[in-house]
Amino acid sequence: MFDVNKIREQFPILKRKVNDKDLVYFDNGATTQKPQSVIDAVSNYYQEENANVHRGVHFLSGLATDKFEATRKTIQQFISAKHNHEIIFTKGTTDSINLVANGFRSLLKKGDEIIISELEHHSNIVPWQMCCEISGSTLKVIPLLDNGSLDMENFNNLLSENTKLVAVSHVSNTLGTINPIKEIIEKSHLIGAKVLIDGAQAASHICLNMQELDADFYCFSAHKMYGPTGVGVLYGKEEILNTLPPYQGGGEMIKEVSFEKTTYASLPYKFEAGTPNIGGVIAFKSSIDFIRELGVKNITKYEDGLLQYATSEILKIEGARLYGTSKNKSGIISFNIKGIHPYDIGTIVDKMGIAIRTGHHCTQPIMKRYNIPGTVRISLAVYNTKTEVDICIGAIKKAQEMLS
Amino acid sequence: MGTIKDIQAGIIEDFEMFDDWIQKYEYLIDLGKELAPIEEKYKTEDSLIKGCQSRVWLHAEKQDEKIIYTADSDAIMTKGIIAILINVLSNQKAAEIVSADLSFIDAIGLKEQLSATRANGLVSMIKKMKLYALALNNK
Repeated sequence: MFDVNKIREQFPILKRKVNDKDLVYFDNGATTQKPQSVIDAVSNYYQEENANVHRGVHFLSGLATDKFEATRKTIQQFISAKHNHEIIFTKGTTDSINLVANGFRSLLKKGDEIIISELEHHSNIVPWQMCCEISGSTLKVIPLLDNGSLDMENFNNLLSENTKLVAVSHVSNTLGTINPIKEIIEKSHLIGAKVLIDGAQAASHICLNMQELDADFYCFSAHKMYGPTGVGVLYGKEEILNTLPPYQGGGEMIKEVSFEKTTYASLPYKFEAGTPNIGGVIAFKSSIDFIRELGVKNITKYEDGLLQYATSEILKIEGARLYGTSKNKSGIISFNIKGIHPYDIGTIVDKMGIAIRTGHHCTQPIMKRYNIPGTVRISLAVYNTKTEVDICIGAIKKAQEMLS
Repeated sequence: MGTIKDIQAGIIEDFEMFDDWIQKYEYLIDLGKELAPIEEKYKTEDSLIKGCQSRVWLHAEKQDEKIIYTADSDAIMTKGIIAILINVLSNQKAAEIVSADLSFIDAIGLKEQLSATRANGLVSMIKKMKLYALALNNK
């Protein structure tokens, strides 16, 4: 039984006041709040388990290593990856994408092409621009249709034998669009291109199965999944990860070091140089456990209901215009109100305890596409309620009244 | 037109009458709406103030030894903030603008009223106003 009040009880921060009002947190696309189990796991690690992983023979090192590796196993199961060593721990989605972009540039040459899309987060644009600049390859962009979905006809035309990699997000962090990644992967594979999916906005909302999806790379961040900051995952197919050179050199990633020749460790350690965020990785398991206990399908269903409700309520506001009206959407709503700058709304509702996001959301090309300075964005999580939607809509109407 | 110090004292007095943030915000919104428009030709890339989340254009010119500021923003709250600064600093002598101690900002709790990014924008606005005064003074 899905009881949102029971879920909310697990999140201590939801009990706090902001500007003397009950906190209404609708900035989940930026980062989600953390349940007690995750907070406890972080604190327990430092109180009871702290030691470096993979190197000591002593008890604590073994314990920390076991728990660290247990998270890897849990993630492998969570995303149905074929192998445990296909899960690489990173700092976050941005770091995961940079790892691949950095490795890929040595495999690319002049004339090769990388395809991204117009709705990407800057994190899935800039690393590829840097990759193209150094390798001499060319960046191509799938344009958006007015409803915020990808122009797939254009994508078909962009694909060619020169395409070496396609990098698109699973869910747009600004528009909420769920992209047809299965189709993109299939078509890209037909011409031999690899595909990276930025799953930052999908991993805690949509069921993932890497073997079924057949993505070559899939990236996500723990902190957008009720987990700690500073931890992310790069999933990559074993045979492809093996073709990439290491990202960073250092401890942990080596097999043997001499001044003549250093050999690298096997997967996943080849890509995990230096002491990782051990406490964060260990606590990440608790956040995955939290999600799995609720069931991703139940989460999707609940959030979809809330998305529909919030969307219809926003549309009742006079002068409201939605950005991202694709049929396939996840819990992100971007909108503006006629004649009002998004910052003015954000500033005023903040005073009423409501956390929403305003601005370009690190997607300036989308703002340019719609010719707007920014949007007001509501992004949902599993602990949000219809009552909170009502409070937020009331606050937005109050702001509208003050501003007009 | 009073001195910078007198005008600040007047603003502090105005704010003392407000009981809550809504009144303070409404006051800022009203000031924003009343702000005299900037000439379109001055809304250039050069006159944009960096560090503001909304766009703010600021223009300054010297008339009879005094600096006259005009400004605009696409966000009304931001416009209200720049309007307050213009009330204080515009039509004053450059040397006085450059050395002005804008203590009213802390006294009316303007920074606390704004999110951190907006407070940074406020600092950028003041900096740019003083820089304009300095540059025009040497002309």
